[in-house]
Amino acid sequence: MKPAAPQPSGKPRLTTSAMIASIAGDGQKTRPAPFGHALVEAAKSRPEILGMTADLGKYTDLHIFGQAFPDRYYQMGMAEQLLFGAASGLAAEGFTPFATTYAVFATRRAYDFIHQTIAEEDRNVKIVCALPGLTSGYGPSHQAAEDIALMRAMPNMTVIDPCDAHEIEQVVPAIAAHRGPVYMRLLRGQVPVVLDEYGYTFELGKAKTLRDGNDVLIISSGLLTMRALEAAKELAADRIGVSVLHVPTIKPLDAETILREAGKSGRMVVVAENHTVVGGLGEAVAGLLMRSGVHPTFRQIGLPDEFLAAGALPTLHDRYGISTSAISAKLKEWLSR
Amino acid sequence: MAPSKGHNKQLAEHAYRVRRNAVLMGEVQGQGYIAQALDIADVLATAYFHAMRYRPDDPEWEGRDRFLLSNGHYAIALYAALIEAGIIPQEELETYGSDESRLPMSGMASYTPGMEMSGGSLGVGMSIAVGMALGLKRKKSDSRVYILFSDGELDEGAVWEAMMSAAHYKLDNIIAVVDVNNQQADGPSTQVMAFEPLVDKLKAFGWFVQRIDGNDLDAVVDAFDAAKDHPEPKPRIIVADTLMGKGVPFLEAREKNHFIRVDAHEWQLALAALEEGRRA
Repeated sequence: MKPAAPQPSGKPRLTTSAMIASIAGDGQKTRPAPFGHALVEAAKSRPEILGMTADLGKYTDLHIFGQAFPDRYYQMGMAEQLLFGAASGLAAEGFTPFATTYAVFATRRAYDFIHQTIAEEDRNVKIVCALPGLTSGYGPSHQAAEDIALMRAMPNMTVIDPCDAHEIEQVVPAIAAHRGPVYMRLLRGQVPVVLDEYGYTFELGKAKTLRDGNDVLIISSGLLTMRALEAAKELAADRIGVSVLHVPTIKPLDAETILREAGKSGRMVVVAENHTVVGGLGEAVAGLLMRSGVHPTFRQIGLPDEFLAAGALPTLHDRYGISTSAISAKLKEWLSR
Repeated sequence: MAPSKGHNKQLAEHAYRVRRNAVLMGEVQGQGYIAQALDIADVLATAYFHAMRYRPDDPEWEGRDRFLLSNGHYAIALYAALIEAGIIPQEELETYGSDESRLPMSGMASYTPGMEMSGGSLGVGMSIAVGMALGLKRKKSDSRVYILFSDGELDEGAVWEAMMSAAHYKLDNIIAVVDVNNQQADGPSTQVMAFEPLVDKLKAFGWFVQRIDGNDLDAVVDAFDAAKDHPEPKPRIIVADTLMGKGVPFLEAREKNHFIRVDAHEWQLALAALEEGRRA
């Protein structure tokens, strides 16, 4: 049933503003188009790298690569099935295509093409997708709340969810050097720079502790690692010690590090992800802990199993519990019980 | 129509042996897409013994022409041709569709020498062909991409996405064959979803199009030659009208022959019918 028209509230309302809302906070340090620039750098020493897109070059930062290497850039039109099938064909001929679109169109529209022509044939294609999870206020057509669940269910697929520009710049050369299909979630445009302060370096398949604390262990990926770090700072003021374990490689999962950290006694384990609570990092970690006989108090922060609303991104992140303030409030609530 | 070159006896013998291999594999399973194998045998014989460049002892030779089987259920037909071409040993024929076999019922790249893609999910092959053709051009290779697909796949929108892009990128190194046997899972293809006038549609999509009787070897040879020699920078497609079960009259006459069951005693009758056609 469609909702009733909104009543006048007297207060200004936030608007959706753009399909791709910025995820950067006010005054936050950012860098522009880190993926596009990193791919240009990687392509200088790797002539096998190609760029491909389905009418979303500008919106996935791939246009930077297209400007630098116009003869290595393929516009496939608004046709995602073609994009990934053709990427498979180019990979079969020895090239390393980086194929970009929005996460919804890769994972939902073209799933079978990725499954059959890339994953099953083990083709060296890098699938790089903007608007992962809830990073658009456009509504379900553009909100890839379930992209990780879909991609981690696919054999042969490596799944990566980077946190910030600092990490994206390291992920690109790493996956270019890695032989095999990869799905990478992309933050594009003005992307926050966060992890440089933590002396962080990305390693494929490795989870890393960014800060330590005795009360809560947050296991997180992507955008939610940034939010977890901010929440941890807020809670430190209340003398609540929050440890943050960043897990950018969701498949294959760094079981050893996760089990070691989650096995330390006395800490509540909270998995936080920019993804539905169904089938993402949270359930991956839960399954690992159960299978391994590690049984901490376990909580999940993630998007609900429902079609998400359209609206302004800050409003939606608050509503669905993945804003910094919502995460802080939830952790305090759980700890006070 | 191109002038007839007269019956090519050597090619006809290859086509006979492709059909025979397919029937022998069908007998292993007792069923299968045997009618399709029989209808496409003339096209495959011409591809492997007239048109294509390859090395039987080195199926991944860089200089080979690529052959993509989009309609993976035609694997029985392609195995029959790969055996005849010396890419798969004759003795593997009897493993068709069995556990541990390199010859699964649906063609997959990871199983079989000479199999360049994993078909089965119909409609994906043309996209791969576009990528391979782009890749060959990048490498300045003169190898071609041959792709076989079926009239039922014309229902899949992705086939048309890919055909549009092949013309956009002027991929004159693609030679496609669409097998119009007018039979798909739920019935006659033209009744399941009307795709005619097919030649007009393909021309409008920017392809060099020929329509032939796919069971007339001379016509098939001429069409492959013309596809290779055509001067325009367009992808090439041969619309091959074929007869399901071609060469085995009692199978040609069978009404529902998309996936046929053949009684045990009929395999010998089928082989005998092929032998009879060979002598004629």
